Amino acid sequence: MLFRIIKKEDFKTFVNLMLQTTEVIAPKFIKNNAKGKPIHQFLPISNYDEMVLDYEKCEFSAKTYFLPYKNTLSTFHMKDHDWTQEIQYRIQPRAIFGLHPCDINALVRLDKVFARDFYPNPYYISRRKNTFIVGIDHLPCDDGFCHAINANHITHGFDLFLTDLGDRYFVKINSDRAFMAISEVPIQEITDEDTKDYLAVRKQISQSYKVSVKTDDLPNLLDIEFESKVWKKWGDKCLNCGTCAMVCPTCYCYGVTERVSMDHSTGKKIAYLYSCNLLDFAMVAGGHNFRPNQETRLKYRYYHQHRGFVESYGEPMCVGCNRCGRSCLAGIDPVNVIRDLHEEEKL
Amino acid sequence: MKYLFMESKRPKVAVFDFTDCEGCELQFANKEETLVDFLKAIDIVNFREVMSEKSDEYDIAFIEGSISRADEIERLLTIRQKAKFLIALGSCACFGGVNRMKNKFPMSDVNKEVYGETPKETLPVRSIKELVHVDFEIPGCPVSKAEVERIVQHIIWEVPYQFPVYPVCFECKQRFTICRFELGELCLGPVSAGGCDAPCPAGGTPCWGCRGICAAPNFQEFFNLAKERGFSKEEVIERMDFFGGFRSVTGSK
Repeated sequence: MLFRIIKKEDFKTFVNLMLQTTEVIAPKFIKNNAKGKPIHQFLPISNYDEMVLDYEKCEFSAKTYFLPYKNTLSTFHMKDHDWTQEIQYRIQPRAIFGLHPCDINALVRLDKVFARDFYPNPYYISRRKNTFIVGIDHLPCDDGFCHAINANHITHGFDLFLTDLGDRYFVKINSDRAFMAISEVPIQEITDEDTKDYLAVRKQISQSYKVSVKTDDLPNLLDIEFESKVWKKWGDKCLNCGTCAMVCPTCYCYGVTERVSMDHSTGKKIAYLYSCNLLDFAMVAGGHNFRPNQETRLKYRYYHQHRGFVESYGEPMCVGCNRCGRSCLAGIDPVNVIRDLHEEEKL
Repeated sequence: MKYLFMESKRPKVAVFDFTDCEGCELQFANKEETLVDFLKAIDIVNFREVMSEKSDEYDIAFIEGSISRADEIERLLTIRQKAKFLIALGSCACFGGVNRMKNKFPMSDVNKEVYGETPKETLPVRSIKELVHVDFEIPGCPVSKAEVERIVQHIIWEVPYQFPVYPVCFECKQRFTICRFELGELCLGPVSAGGCDAPCPAGGTPCWGCRGICAAPNFQEFFNLAKERGFSKEEVIERMDFFGGFRSVTGSK
């Protein structure tokens, strides 16, 4: 990793240069909500001024740029007595600016599943490799618990990472292509003063986390609390809508379906992201449903996030962004669910 | 029509309208990019809105609209006798639709409100399944042509069709649509059947539940969350009664 300093006006030039050749996704202001709070979303931008780097949180994660909600796996063409299959892995290069550490860590989690496990997924790998990631430090949000789940620091999984030092950014350069790209504009070696300012910002961030919840013993706690009343309490609230999984930066469960064109000359195999909270998630042929109750479905979402994933990959799938908690209309938020489990254990 | 070297059926189809705005049947003539192929897949033999020919020989009858007059009942019974498969098309046919709101008032009052001193014969509105056996229902105001196409494909290949079980919220999230509750509005999305691709919230209007109730609704929590955001039970029920698809919850006629 290289550390450099870039002046803000030079960073602007850098973004505009990138926009000439690459699609750029960045936090964009959409509108204010009913309480007057700004809503930002990761969307394509056409110039630097549309980018809002000091945003608090995007309600929707940037997951869709790596795992689209609907992704065509292959297309079939039927002609006479023959058929051909067409598979497209390649995508146009893209850059995503403004990812927070939790979101970069979410990509690192997805890498473990789709790039480094027994069955690498070429669709994911293509998108991941062709996406230039520029992250940024930020003061903790009100409801995130990334620090409690060890997802607030990043060591890999990005190209550039910025820390705002007022008139300039402290830049971590983490790839060859990032060094090549940023060298197009003036960058400076870091001075002792830059290091001092950087450490001051880092200190301020680490002292500002607002939510505290204990998560290190969760896999064990979940084993013990399998029959807990906590699941009924929160399960009764669940709307079975799948919102949590859609906004989650790591929920990756999907189904596969086929669609045939109206003239029946072509067919498509489509992977679509799904949610374990939906009624038919565990429905099998013949109509049997292994998880007909909403409390069971909600419980298994927590088990996959905080227990099953740990067993397979050594860390929870959850990165503590609390997007699920924030967008759940019924107010099911992971911090309070986990706190309730701890309370159960005390009894 | 051929697919995987097999020849599909090409059923004779009739489209009939009753008390409605004719918007759903108009969807049959929409989506021009696949219209020719749609018309190749089925043989439309009777469809007042788009053709002059009329045949009483048909396999499938699409029924649009609700029933609000005695002569409509007669006509519907005749169609049911002739059709091998009867499909209720749109929210009016499935639930009674917007027309059903009149059932909350005495018929003499609604008649006077609309027709003044020249009253017409009218009955409380009923959906198609309240009068005859319905083989399949496609809700929506209007129905989605893309969904109608998929259902027609399933019919001509005789493959069972499954509606999605998720509520409208699921598809809103996939479109990056800002939650209408977040904007301070009342939305029936959490308890309404999805599969429409959630065009209304994306276009700036909360869901009014035109497709009826989703497969696994949680009404207790829905009334709670609406109340927490300042919407009374009466307000929610009034919204639910707009298309008539929530009568099992609201208890309205």
